Amino acid sequence: MGLVGCTRCMRVSHSGTQICPRCGSALQSRDPFSLQKVWAWWLLGLGCYIPANIYPMLETRTLVSTQSDTIVGGAVTLAQHGNWGVALIILVASVVIPVAKFFALAGLGIGVWRGSRLSERQRHLLYEVVEYIGRWSMIDVFVVAILSSLVQLQALATITPGRASLFFALSVIFTMLSAQSFDSRLIWDSARRPDRKEDTHP
Amino acid sequence: MSEPSDHRDDLAGLIACPECDLVYTAPQVAMRQRAVCARCHTVLIAPRRKAGKQLIALALTVLILIVAATFFPFLSIGAGGMHHDASILQAAFVFEGGLSVLSIAVLFFIVLIPALRLVLLIYVLAPIIRDRPPAPLARSAFRLSESLLPWSMAEIFAIGCAVALVKLSDLADVVFGPAAWMFAVLVVLVVATDNLMCRYSIWASLDE
Repeated sequence: MGLVGCTRCMRVSHSGTQICPRCGSALQSRDPFSLQKVWAWWLLGLGCYIPANIYPMLETRTLVSTQSDTIVGGAVTLAQHGNWGVALIILVASVVIPVAKFFALAGLGIGVWRGSRLSERQRHLLYEVVEYIGRWSMIDVFVVAILSSLVQLQALATITPGRASLFFALSVIFTMLSAQSFDSRLIWDSARRPDRKEDTHP
Repeated sequence: MSEPSDHRDDLAGLIACPECDLVYTAPQVAMRQRAVCARCHTVLIAPRRKAGKQLIALALTVLILIVAATFFPFLSIGAGGMHHDASILQAAFVFEGGLSVLSIAVLFFIVLIPALRLVLLIYVLAPIIRDRPPAPLARSAFRLSESLLPWSMAEIFAIGCAVALVKLSDLADVVFGPAAWMFAVLVVLVVATDNLMCRYSIWASLDE
């Protein structure tokens, strides 16, 4: 149509306009580097998620023992003590959701690149869920901070944060940036161009 | 928007869905009603009566809560005759040595960024509700405030308190301190602020 829309304030301008006249944001019909950025942040996020699971998240020192727990290890310990509910919550929040997020972002990227079996509406919903849930993964890092600052009972018990907390936080930040780099308008472009598949595979 | 002006281009009456780029003629939306994108279901316009005043009131309340909650203890623990309590500042600064960068990040996520966002919002809205011209740099301020939204995590920290409480409840006596109650109120207020805020209405009033 020769128009460009602002993703921040929804103002419509003539294409070629660089700065939105209403809110001053930079205008781009589509971000041409959207997918490159999504994949770059995605890889960094995945790269940090692996050490986040190898190194200990918490180190607990009590009168009799010193124990280092990784994310999964901590959940297993809780389950062995009969705390199935909490163990399940931790597993879902720190393993299932982050892994699902990596798959979802990869799926969205691949979907724009070579089409998808899911409808545009479904993919858009997926994108919204990923974008919404992303920041909530940080809860793990906050829980580590809370536990470590609270459980400082001299000889009786002390908890200190482990190295994994930094990697986990970085992984959350990078996946958030990956989701933010995704230009959701790309999902809907394929809806208007059914011949797109043939375009990309000559 | 009611009187057509010839010095501004005709595109001012159009809006493009920020999520899927479908273009609409901006509809007149009645108070408490919502205009939703027909294709991707994103809420486009949702004006509320006196939203500006209520937003300022909410923002001020949350700001005060965050500042106060930073210094008061949010949880206290007792076991075997020993007692310890922790404030948010202590929680942020538990990361030491190679992890100290995380202390700064945590402080930004749960105190500094939420507080900055609220200050910016009040700065932008205060002239609007008094029908004054927008404050200098109001557009940049609101843009910054909007881009900080995903990084403002005070309410996530509040839920984190509850998780920590559940985790520790078997091992020790854990009690909510004053800051925890402040944060509980804060979660509700943050959700209320999000529901009340119509970004389109704010941008439109900054445009005039």
